Amino acid sequence: MPKTKTTSATADRTYDAIVIGGGHNGLTNGAYLAKAGLRTLVLERRHLVGGAAITEELRPGFWFTTFSYALSLLRPDIVQDLDLVKHGFMPILMPTTFCPKEDGDYLLLGQDHGENLREIGRQSKHDADAYDAFNHDVLKVIQAIKPLLDEVPPDLFSDDPEELIALAALGQRFRKLDKKVLHDAVRLLTGSAADFLDDYFESDVLKGYLASSAIIGTKVGPYSQGSGLVLLYHILGEHDGEMGAWSFHKGGNGGFTQVLSRAAQALGAEIRLESPVERVITRNGRATGVALADGSEFYAPVVVSALDPRRTFLELVEPRELPTDLVETIQRFRFQGTSSKVNFALDGIPRYPALGDRIDQYRGFTNIGPSMEYLERAFDDAKYGWYSKRPYLDTAIQSLVDPDMAPPGKAVMSCFVQYTPYHLRESDWDAEKENLGDTVQATLESFFPGFGDLVLQREVRTPLDIERTVGLSEGNIFAGEFLAPQMFFFRPAPGWAQYRTPIDGYYQCGSGTHPGGCVMGAPGKLAAGQILKDRARAQA
Amino acid sequence: MIRTTPFHERLAALNETGLWEHWSNHLAATRYQMSEKFEYFAIRNSAGLFDSSPLYKYRIHGLDAERFLAGVLARDIRTCQPGHAQYTIWCDDRGFVVEDGVILRHGPSEFVLTAAEPNLAYFGELIGRMDVTIEEVSDDWAVLAVQGPRSRDLLSALAPAVGGLPYFGLTSTRIAKVPVHVSRTGFTGDLGFEVWAPAADALTVFDAIWGVSRGQGVIPIGMIALYMARIEAGLLLLDVDFHSSRFAWTDADRSTPIELGLGWMFRDLANDDREFIGGDAIRREIAGKTSRWKLSGLVVDWQDYDRIYDRAGLIPPKDHTPIQDEYYIYDDDLNQLGYATSQMYSPILQRHIALARVPLDRTAPGSRVKLELAVNHRYEYFDANVARTPLYNPERRTA
Ligand SMILES: Cc1cc2nc3c(=O)[nH]c(=O)nc-3n(C[C@H](O)[C@H](O)[C@H](O)COP(=O)(O)OP(=O)(O)OC[C@H]3O[C@@H](n4cnc5c(N)ncnc54)[C@H](O)[C@@H]3O)c2cc1C
Repeated sequence: MPKTKTTSATADRTYDAIVIGGGHNGLTNGAYLAKAGLRTLVLERRHLVGGAAITEELRPGFWFTTFSYALSLLRPDIVQDLDLVKHGFMPILMPTTFCPKEDGDYLLLGQDHGENLREIGRQSKHDADAYDAFNHDVLKVIQAIKPLLDEVPPDLFSDDPEELIALAALGQRFRKLDKKVLHDAVRLLTGSAADFLDDYFESDVLKGYLASSAIIGTKVGPYSQGSGLVLLYHILGEHDGEMGAWSFHKGGNGGFTQVLSRAAQALGAEIRLESPVERVITRNGRATGVALADGSEFYAPVVVSALDPRRTFLELVEPRELPTDLVETIQRFRFQGTSSKVNFALDGIPRYPALGDRIDQYRGFTNIGPSMEYLERAFDDAKYGWYSKRPYLDTAIQSLVDPDMAPPGKAVMSCFVQYTPYHLRESDWDAEKENLGDTVQATLESFFPGFGDLVLQREVRTPLDIERTVGLSEGNIFAGEFLAPQMFFFRPAPGWAQYRTPIDGYYQCGSGTHPGGCVMGAPGKLAAGQILKDRARAQA
Repeated sequence: MIRTTPFHERLAALNETGLWEHWSNHLAATRYQMSEKFEYFAIRNSAGLFDSSPLYKYRIHGLDAERFLAGVLARDIRTCQPGHAQYTIWCDDRGFVVEDGVILRHGPSEFVLTAAEPNLAYFGELIGRMDVTIEEVSDDWAVLAVQGPRSRDLLSALAPAVGGLPYFGLTSTRIAKVPVHVSRTGFTGDLGFEVWAPAADALTVFDAIWGVSRGQGVIPIGMIALYMARIEAGLLLLDVDFHSSRFAWTDADRSTPIELGLGWMFRDLANDDREFIGGDAIRREIAGKTSRWKLSGLVVDWQDYDRIYDRAGLIPPKDHTPIQDEYYIYDDDLNQLGYATSQMYSPILQRHIALARVPLDRTAPGSRVKLELAVNHRYEYFDANVARTPLYNPERRTA
C-alpha cells in the first residue's frame, strides 16, 4: 500500500466516510457503506487487516491463527449481503469435540446423535436424555434472544416516538414468550452457568465442557453470577443452521477477514494499511476527518471508529469534547482481559493414551476443562492477580481438517488460555510470557504424554501482546467485558448504544458496541445502518 | 448375491458407519464417517476417494469403431482425440436421451464407455455390418475417483504423467508398478481424476494412493457426499434428473439433451455432417425452439426462507442432505411451472439450491419462481432465482 503523499490535493483525501481500524467490524462497516454508494476509506494501523482475526505464516508452511480461531456468531446476512461466498467464504465443519479427563478417560462428541447419547451415558446414564432436554430448552432461549443480535438496541432514554415504539415492540416480544422460556432466559442472563447446568447434569466432564463457553474471554468462573450470560452469548451463533455450533474458516479466521477485505474492496471501499490514526478532527462539534500519526489528514463528514470504547472516546477525541457522564462511564468500563493464546507448530499429532493411535478426535475443539471445579480453580488464581497454575485450554488442530494450514504430516495447534489477568500482582507479562508458555505446555503434557517432543515452535500471546498488537485495551478479546451493565442498552454507555457519539458525524462500530465481541460483524453492520439512516434523514 | 468391489477390503475397514447401499449389485458406502458433510469438505479442501467400480464399462474396438460411435452417440466422438475422454450421451431417434456416460479414447479405434445401466444389447443391435466389437469389461477394471484440490499433487507424486493432464485428458501410466489408466474426469465438479486399475491389482494401487494421502486430509467419500458435490456442479443423475427414454412410459418422463441443458454439445451442429441417432430430431428442436423446459439451477432466496420458517416458529433448517426427488415450482399465482429434481443446502454457497425443470421464458438467470416445500406440516412457497449451472464452479476444475 502506498503511503500518503503529502503533496496530493485535498480532493484526493476527501471521502464520504472514513473507518478507523481494519478489524472485521471496520471492514464490515466499510463494505456496507461502500455498497450504499459512499466513497469509503478504511484506515488500518498494521500491515494487514483483520485485527484480532488474522492468520500468519509464522514458520514456513505453518499458518497460525494468532488470536481468534473459530466462527459461529458471524451474522449469516453479512455473508449474503456482501457476497462473501464469491470472495472465498468457506466455513469448515468441526466433526468432533474432545474433552479429556484428568483420570485418563474422556468425553468424545461427534456427528451422530445416537452415538453422542451413548457416550454421555458412559459418564452418566442420567445425562443422556438430560442432554437432549438441555439442548431443547436452550434452543428455545436462543430462538427468543437471537433476533437481538441483528437489531439496534432501542434508546431507553429517548422520547423519540420511534424509540418508544421500538421499546414497546421489544417488551411485547418478551411478553409473548412462553413462561418457561422467559424464565430460562432470565436465569441465564443473570445467573451462573453452574446453577443452570447443575439443574440438568451429573457428569463433571460434560458440565466442564458446557461451562467452558461460560468463561471464554471473561473474568468470571462458572460459579460466578453472570457466567450464564457469557454461556448464552457463545451459543447464540450457528454453523449452517445448527444453533450453537462452531466452525473453522478456511485459512483460519484470518482467511475470513481476507475474504471480507476482498469483498469490501470489490464493493468500492479503499483500504490503506500502515495508516495509524492519531486523532479525529472535529470542527464545531462535528467530525470532519482524521489525522494520521505521520501528520497527514483525510476528510469526510462521517468518521467511524472500529476501535474499542476507551480508544474511541478517550484517545481518538479529546474527552473534554464529550459529556462528563459519558467520559466517566467509559473510564469505568471494564476491560480486564484474562485470555491468552499459545500456538504451536507440531511435528505430528499428539496422542491421547486412552485412544491409542487415534487422531480423529482432534478435528474440532479439544477442551481442557474437565470439570466446573477445574475451571473455577483456574479462575481462583486470577482473582488474586496471577495466572492459572492449571489453566483452562480451548485447543484446536485446524490443519487436520484444513490441510493447507500445515505441511503434510505436521500440524498447527491453537490454544486459547485462561485465566491470565492483564494486571499481574508483582510482575508483568514481559517477564511472565515464556513462563506462561511453559505452564500451558506442562498442562498439555499432563494430558498428552510426549506432547513436548512434538513442539517445533511455540508462540505465546499474552493480554499485553493482544493490547500491543491488536489495540484491544487490556487485551480484552471482546473490546470490553460481557457483564450485564455493559451489554445491550448499555454497551458501551447508557444513551450511546446506537453507534452514534455526542460528536456529530462521529460513529462507533467496534466490538465494544452492541451486540459485542466475537467475529460476528453485527456491530459493523448495524452501525452502517444507522449511518445511512442519519444520512438519508439529513438529505431529506 | 450382493457383490463387493475390488477395493472393498480396504474401504470396508474405513467405513465407520456400517452403512452400505446397493449400486448395480455392489456394496457402495453411503458414507464412511458419521458426517457425510465432512467427506464433502474433503472434496472441496483436500481430496476424497470414491469407488466408482460398479459402473458398467464397455470396450468398443474395431476398424469402424469411430464411425460406429459417431453414429450412435449424440456428441461428436470425432472431436475426442486418442488420449482424451468425453462426457457423452446417446439418444433415441426422437431426440430423447437414452443415457449418459464418459467415453475414454485409448487409441484411434480403441474406446471404453461407462454407463450407469447395462447397454450391451442396445449398442450391439446397432453394429450392423460394421467392423466393431463391443465387450463388457465391467469386472476387469477397478475405478477409484480421486477428487479435490489435492488430487493432482497426490497422483503426480505416484505417476508424474498425471501432472500435465488437461481437463478430460487420459493417460496410461503406472502406479506402484501396476499399469493403470488415469483420466481427468469425475462427478464432483472439482479438480479430479479417475484411476483405472486392473481389478486384480486394485488393492496395490489403492494402498499406494492411500499411502501418499496420509497426513493430507484425504478420506474416502460415500454416495451422499458425491451427490452433494454433483448437485452443486449441476451434473445429471439418471433416474433423478432424467430417465432413460428406452424405459420411460410417457414423453413427460423423457427429456431431450437441449432440455437437460446439454445444448453445448451441439454448438457445431451446423458443420457436423454426421448422421447420428436423434440428430434430425435435435436439429428440428433447435430450429423450431420446441424444447418444453430447461433444466436450470435454482437458488432459494435466503431471506424468504428464514422469514417463512421464523413465522412458523421454527429455526430455519439448513440441511445439506441431498433430496433427490420431485418438488414443484410455481409462478406467483401458484400455477405450476415445472419441478425441481434435486435440492440441498449447499455448505459452500451457503444457500439452498436445486436443479429444476423451468419453462423457457424463465431460464434467464435471475428469473423468479416459487419452490413448494412443507413447513410445519403445510405447503409454503419459497422465492427462488434461476441461476446458471454449475452453481459452484472453481477455476481449478478445468485449470
Ligand atoms: C486471543 C483471542 C481469541 C479469540 N477467539 C475468538 C474466536 O475463536 N471466535 C470469535 O468469534 N471471536 C474470538 N475472539 C474475539 C474476536 O476475535 C474479536 O472480538 C473481534 O475480532 C474484534 O473485532 P473488531 O473488528 O471489533 O476489532 P479488532 O479486531 O480489535 O480490530 C481493530 C483494528 O483496528 C486497528 N487499529 C487499532 N488502532 C488503530 C488506529 N489508531 N488507527 C488505525 N487502526 C487501528 C487494529 O490494528 C485492528 O486491526 C478472540 C479474540 C482474541 C484476542
